[in-house]
Amino acid sequence: MNKSWWKIISVLLLVYTIIAGFGLLWKNDVPRLPALQETIRNLYFHVCMWFGMMILFTASVFHAIKYLQNNNLRSDISSRAFAGVGILFGLLGYATGAIWLSYTWVDPNQPAYESFGAIAKDPKLIGAAIALLIYFAYLVLRGSIQDIDKRARIGAVYNIFAFAFLFPAIWIIPRLLPSLHPGGEGSEGNPALNYKDMAPKMRFVFYPAIIGWTLLGVWIVSIKVRLELYKERIILTQWIKK
Amino acid sequence: MKELSLYFRKNLVIYSISRIWTLFKKDLLLEVRQQYAFYGIILYVGATVFVLFMALETPESRVWNGLFWIIQLFISINAVAKSFLQEGRGRMLYYYSIASPQEFILSKLLFNSLLMLVMSLISFILFAIFLGYPVVRSGQFIGIVFLGSWCLSLVFSVLAAIAAKAQQNAAIMAILGFPILIPQLLVLMKISGTMFSMSVAVPLANVLLLVISCVLVILLAIILFPFLWKD
Repeated sequence: MNKSWWKIISVLLLVYTIIAGFGLLWKNDVPRLPALQETIRNLYFHVCMWFGMMILFTASVFHAIKYLQNNNLRSDISSRAFAGVGILFGLLGYATGAIWLSYTWVDPNQPAYESFGAIAKDPKLIGAAIALLIYFAYLVLRGSIQDIDKRARIGAVYNIFAFAFLFPAIWIIPRLLPSLHPGGEGSEGNPALNYKDMAPKMRFVFYPAIIGWTLLGVWIVSIKVRLELYKERIILTQWIKK
Repeated sequence: MKELSLYFRKNLVIYSISRIWTLFKKDLLLEVRQQYAFYGIILYVGATVFVLFMALETPESRVWNGLFWIIQLFISINAVAKSFLQEGRGRMLYYYSIASPQEFILSKLLFNSLLMLVMSLISFILFAIFLGYPVVRSGQFIGIVFLGSWCLSLVFSVLAAIAAKAQQNAAIMAILGFPILIPQLLVLMKISGTMFSMSVAVPLANVLLLVISCVLVILLAIILFPFLWKD
């Protein structure tokens, strides 16, 4: 993980995403669908954030399982850092989604706060909010325990337990309810993975964008882990001196 | 030789079940002897329903449904929270020496399920008496009430085990529990919402989803509890 090539790839892919995503590379690269128009370019940012969040949370639970197996604090620190950056990606997913919905869902004839009530009830938004709340609760739980080993163990247990409930919250419940968002009741299947739904040219930007954003997330995690390990090292050496 | 090993394995399962049963009986006996907790929860249910009666009298079926499940949620927090908090450090050490963690958590899940089934039945009756009775399909609704309260009790049992280790008890349980339970409650309300008229079909896929999530909780509890148990 200390190699630099994947960081360079991440930066290159993200530069490519921004240049190609804003239509500077090709003419007429996105279809102009009614209601969506050029806002479809947000796909390269908004959807990638949720992909990144899910991948980072999966990595977090992977490290939690690893901690329960080997009791190595390093795994716990990784698990915590992956969860933290996953939350960041989720919040950014909300922010980019808010930009998107302000062009597509909001009724322009009404003041913004009046359409908010209708939009906030959308099952996809609720599902994502639950996912973030679960991980906020994870952070609160960790914060409430002083002992390092105990915090790591109980945090890992809750992390695994919570991840099992993340799936109904994000992947199953929103599919069962009617929604404005793609992938609700009536339009079955995963809206992002179903490649038939996407114009062929957009795929050349979308898939690299997912990889680029996810690598950026992993990069942030690796920095956080190094910082945390450095802090822990100070604590541990003090402990040994005593 | 093979038969012998099979015989022992069978007997081990029987021993294990008998230990679960003993732990379960112990919890039941404690509940019967120290009745203040049981009656405390009943008083809690009664008082809440009475306040709702004062405020709403006979709410329409949607409101009735929503209130009913929210009350179930709070009852199950109150009923289940103490199951691990009442066990002191010394007593846990004693259980550690006589039973395996799986047996211990299974006995707790069994006891809490029973407790919640009784509580949900009581609160259902009180709701029907005080707040009117808009349910059309009574039998199915009671079935869903049992399934739902079983799910709630299982999830809160596991969370109570986690919260007991975090030593922040009730407050942390609500923080941990609510986000996890929102999906289950949404599904429950969707299912029970169809019980107020004969014309809407019951979404069986959702019922199946709930049953699967309950089984998942039990499996996770069996796998994860040994890590919580050792200090």
